[in-house]
Amino acid sequence: MTSPTLTNTVLYLDGVSVTFDGFRAINKLSLAIAPGEMRAIIGPNGAGKTTMMDIITGKTRPDEGEVFFGGMIDLTMLDEAEIAALGIGRKFQKPTVFESHTVADNIRLALAGARSPFSALFGARNRIAEERIDAILSTVRLTEHRTRLAADLSHGQKQWLEIGMLLAQDPKLLLVDEPVAGMTDAETAETAHLLKEIAHEHSVVVVEHDMAFVRDLGCKVTVLHEGSVLAEGSIDAVSANERVIEVYLGR
Amino acid sequence: MTRRPILLAMLDGKGAIFLGVLAALAVLVPLSNLFLPETSPLHVPTYAVSLLGKYLSYALLALALDLVWGYCGILSLGHGAFFALGGYAMGMYLMRQIGPRGVYGHPVLPDFMVFLNWQELPWYWSGFDIFPFAALMVLAVPGLLALVFGWLAFRSRVTGVYLSIITQAMTFALMLAFFRNDMGLGGNNGLTDFKDILGFSVQAQGTRLALFVATVIALALGYGVARYMVTSTYGKVLIAIRDAESRTRFLGYRVEHYKLVAFTVSAMMAGVAGALYVPQVGIINPSEFSPANSIEAVVWVAVGGRGTLVGAALGAVVVNMAKSWLTGALPELWLFALGALFIVVTLYLPKGIVGTLAERREKRKATATAKTAGIAAEAAE
Ligand SMILES: Nc1ncnc2c1ncn2[C@@H]1O[C@H](COP(=O)(O)OP(=O)(O)O)[C@@H](O)[C@H]1O
Ligand SMILES: [Mg+2]
Repeated sequence: MTSPTLTNTVLYLDGVSVTFDGFRAINKLSLAIAPGEMRAIIGPNGAGKTTMMDIITGKTRPDEGEVFFGGMIDLTMLDEAEIAALGIGRKFQKPTVFESHTVADNIRLALAGARSPFSALFGARNRIAEERIDAILSTVRLTEHRTRLAADLSHGQKQWLEIGMLLAQDPKLLLVDEPVAGMTDAETAETAHLLKEIAHEHSVVVVEHDMAFVRDLGCKVTVLHEGSVLAEGSIDAVSANERVIEVYLGR
Repeated sequence: MTRRPILLAMLDGKGAIFLGVLAALAVLVPLSNLFLPETSPLHVPTYAVSLLGKYLSYALLALALDLVWGYCGILSLGHGAFFALGGYAMGMYLMRQIGPRGVYGHPVLPDFMVFLNWQELPWYWSGFDIFPFAALMVLAVPGLLALVFGWLAFRSRVTGVYLSIITQAMTFALMLAFFRNDMGLGGNNGLTDFKDILGFSVQAQGTRLALFVATVIALALGYGVARYMVTSTYGKVLIAIRDAESRTRFLGYRVEHYKLVAFTVSAMMAGVAGALYVPQVGIINPSEFSPANSIEAVVWVAVGGRGTLVGAALGAVVVNMAKSWLTGALPELWLFALGALFIVVTLYLPKGIVGTLAERREKRKATATAKTAGIAAEAAE
C-alpha cells in the first residue's frame, strides 16, 4: 500500500489533536480519503468520531495538525459556511431538520445555489429547482410526504430527509454521522442501499456503530479509539484485529 | 417556478383582514371625528384619535419586534431604544420648528440650551430643521446602531439569554446617557412644547388626523415589508435559523448576515414608530429608553401571537387599551397585571391570541376533511 499523498485526496488529516479542558478528544489523528471513496469510521462511544467531523466542518478548531480539502484548501482557516460552500456536507448524529418547514422546503433550502440574504430576498425561484426537489424526494423515498411539516415525520424519515438535504447541497464530500441510529432493520438496509447509491458520485464518510450496517456498506473501515486510528482495512480484517477486539468488539 | 404574484402570495386571510381593518380606520376615524356631532355615540373625539394613533405606533414597534423574535428567535429586550431614537430624531426636528417662539425667545436655540447657557447649537443638531433630513435620521440612527450592535453580537455568536441581556444593557446605557444634560438633548425633561410640523400646528385637529392616518399607513407599509420578507426565501432561512441555527450554517448560509438584515430592518421600523409616536403624545424623554418599555413590547407580541405579525400588532393595541383603562382605575396594579398577563399567556396561550385562533381553524378544517372523507367512504361501501 502506498501512503496517500496530499494531492490525490479529497480529505487529508495529518497529526490533528484537540483538547477539551485538558481531555484529549482527538490525538494525532491522520486520515486520508480518496476522491470517490466511501469510508466507514467505527469506534466505541467517545472515540472522537463526532469531534472529527466537527473539525472537518469548521465547528471545532484543532489545537494542532493539518486538515486539507481537495489537496490544497486548508480547512482550519475557514468557518462553517465557507466550508459548506466549498462542497462539504454533513448529517448530524441527532437528526436535525427544520421542523416548521415542509419536507419540500427543507430540501429547497439545502439546494446548491446563491446563499446571500439579498438573493434570498429578491431572487425568483426556478423550475429546475422544483424538478431537482422532486428527484431528491423520490431518491430518499419521501415523495408522498412533500407537503408535510418536517416536525411530523418519524425518526427514520427525518434521517432520510437530512440525507436528502445533503444530496440537494450536492457536496463533493459527505460526512454522515450515525445515519441508522434508531432505525428498524428494514430501514437500516434501505439506508445502506441509499448511501451506496450516493457514493457513486460523491466521496462519503460514514460514522456508524451498527456492524451489520457497516458490513452492508462493503467499504474500507477505519477504527477510531481514544482519538486516533487503531486499525484500518476491510471489515473482515479489522474485525480479526486483536487490538480492535480488545477495545471494541470483544466487549 | 416563478414566484406567485407577490401581492397574492403575501396576503393570507389574516393579512387581508388586517389591511382591511387598517383601511377602514384610516377612512372612518377621520370621517367620524370631522362630521359626526359630538353627541353621537360614534363620534371619535380628537384626543381619542391621537390615543389611537399612539396605540398604532406601538403596534408598528410590536411588528418590528416580531420580525426578529418570532421569525429569527432573536429575543430583543432593547427594541424600545430604536423606538426612542426614532422619536428623538423627530423630536429634534420639532424643536427646531419652534424657532424664536420659545419661552426665552432665542432665535435658534431651544429653551433648555438657553437655560444651560449654551451659546450655539451643537453640531449634531444641524440639519434637523430640514424635514427630509430628520426623516432620514429617523431611519438611519436606529438602523446604524442596530447594524453595529448586531454585527458585533451576531459575529461573536451571542445568542439566547445572553443576547437578550446585552440588548437590555444597550437600552439601559442609552437611557443613562440621555438623562445627562450635557448630551444636549434636553436631559431628563427631554424634548417637548412642540409647535409645528411641516408648517401645521401639532395641536390642530387637522394635523392630529393627518398624523393618525400617517401612522395607519406606516403600519400597513411596515406590515407589507415584514410580510414580504418572511414569505420570501429569505424568511424561510430566518425560520430555519430559529429552528436549527447550526444546521443552517452547515448548509452554507451566513447566519450572521441574515440576522443582521432582519435586525437592522426591524430597528428602522421601530424608529419610524417612535417618530410617529412623538408628535402625537407631544413629548420624548429618556424614560422611553427604560428597560421596562422594551419588556412591555415583548409582552404585547407574546399576547398577540409570536411569529404571526398581525398578532403582534393586535397584542400591542389590546394590551395598551387594557393599560389605559387599568392605569386610570388602579394605577399601582399595572405592573403586577402585566407580569401576571405574561405568565398566563406563556402557560396557557403560548401561541398568543392570533396563533391560537389560527391553530383552532386548522384543526376544524382537518376534522371537517376527515369527516367528509369518512362520509365518502361510507357512501362508497
Ligand atoms: N465540546 C466539547 N467539550 C468537551 N468535551 C467534548 C466536546 N465534544 C466532545 N467532547 C468529548 O470528546 C470525546 C469524544 O466525543 P465524540 O467525538 O462525541 O465521540 P463519538 O462521536 O466517537 O462518540 C468525548 O469524551 C466527549 O465527551
Ligand atoms: Mg458521535
